Amino acid sequence: MRYLVLIYDEDTANPSPEPPDPAVWAQVMGDYNAYSKMLRDRGAYVAGEALQPVTTATTVRIRDGHTMTTDGPFAETKEALGGFYMIEAKDLDEALELGAACPGARFGSIEVRPILDLPPA
Amino acid sequence: MTEAGAAHELVDRLFREESGRSVATLIRVLGDFDLAEEAVQEAFTRALEVWPVQGLPRNPGAWITTTARNAAIDRIRRAKRLVEKTEELRRDVEADSTGGGASGVEMTGTDGIDDRLRLIFTCCHPALAPEAQVALTLRTLGGLTTPEIARAFLVPEVTLAQRLVRAKRKIRDARIPYRVPPAELLPERLDAVLRVLYLVFNEGYSATAGDALIRRELSAEAIRLARIVVELMPDEPEGLGLLALMLLHDARREARTGAAGELVLLEDQDRTRWDRVAIDEGQGLLDRALRLGRPGAYQVQAAIAALHDAAAQAGDTDWREIAALYGRLVQLAPSPVVELNRAVAIAMADGPEAGLTRLDALAGDERLATYPYFQSARADLLRRLGRRAAAADAYRAALALTSNDVERAFLARRLAEVERSARPN
Repeated sequence: MRYLVLIYDEDTANPSPEPPDPAVWAQVMGDYNAYSKMLRDRGAYVAGEALQPVTTATTVRIRDGHTMTTDGPFAETKEALGGFYMIEAKDLDEALELGAACPGARFGSIEVRPILDLPPA
Repeated sequence: MTEAGAAHELVDRLFREESGRSVATLIRVLGDFDLAEEAVQEAFTRALEVWPVQGLPRNPGAWITTTARNAAIDRIRRAKRLVEKTEELRRDVEADSTGGGASGVEMTGTDGIDDRLRLIFTCCHPALAPEAQVALTLRTLGGLTTPEIARAFLVPEVTLAQRLVRAKRKIRDARIPYRVPPAELLPERLDAVLRVLYLVFNEGYSATAGDALIRRELSAEAIRLARIVVELMPDEPEGLGLLALMLLHDARREARTGAAGELVLLEDQDRTRWDRVAIDEGQGLLDRALRLGRPGAYQVQAAIAALHDAAAQAGDTDWREIAALYGRLVQLAPSPVVELNRAVAIAMADGPEAGLTRLDALAGDERLATYPYFQSARADLLRRLGRRAAAADAYRAALALTSNDVERAFLARRLAEVERSARPN
């Protein structure tokens, strides 16, 4: 069964104005590369992407026929979505095990949610 | 009671005791909580018709499971699900029945693990909200009805029914596995199971508000489920510790309320009304736990209860040892409530002034602000020190915080006493 692993953290919601320390950045990238490799090796990797900062987000809504476009994410939250993985796992325990192994779990929050498999159209 | 009424009650009781096991096995066999529950419900209806006429089956548990399984297969057939699904099920069920003895449906999976263990770990899965864990455990394993559980936790029936529906839906939709967790997850998952049982027992024992009869049922149910856990996991010291704790507390039940239903403090209880058999069993379980050499919070709490129960009279209580044990508990499971109990024990061992100093040091903790026992403990110590006006204030504060009728009556009596003696003649 497929699950989405959503990576939320405060840094994404409130990025520091300073450019990231290259050493820290390299460490984080290394951790994520290792995580992606682990998922692939296990046959669990379906997809995965990092998102650009929340400052690049735009939200669009249509209400009463009017299109409203606003700068920013859908809501101002303490933690914001920084990236995601889609994984294949046999049950929730395995999905949680894989979600917990995500580097983001150590300083952010990882939401693990099953994909709704709709019958083919 | 009419004969029909008596028969209904007997079937009811037997189902209460046996159905948890059947539900657990059928969930594994059928792969569906609702289907399993409905099937057992149908078996119950059948039993009401058949047992009074044909007599009780020699093995009621097996009868229930087999009847329910057949009802489920019929139901699936009737629902015109895919023929393949029915075949698959029949194959699974027959595979399980090889070597199934009298029941025809094996009560354990091919790995020999009792299905009730699978069920309780699934009900207490961390992905479910704590209230849902409690409700689902009591409903499926405990066999309590939805209205009974709702009454016990003072929650509208509709709310509780919704809670159960959502929990079962989550188990299905997020695919929570129906199993005993693997070794690496077992310690934390067992913690969750014990926590749920402890919560249920406490709800029954301390009675935050309301119906005394429901309370008694809850504690009995918690003990019964704890016995199952101990039976199935005999080398888990905290499981033993928790069951010991429950028995050692429950042993005092008869002496806790007076003739008029009023609260009787530990120090005033008629100890001849304590259940010595339960105390002996609790002490035995505690000894077994301690021999395993892995101390834990439930074992310590059981040891404290055992010390109380060992005292023939209140004056014989080893308060110094109890205070030391609370000190140990503070390390294992720190909480302001444990600190509070420790302060009370110190007051008993070293005098009210010593206890009051400790209590006042805790006053800043906002978690105690809504905890009535903090105020009533302060009130008691102030009363013993003769500081009656301050004691009256503290009793009033405690009254404002408690909703339990029995406790309110007790506090009101104490308040009246200190107000009487505080008034100038």
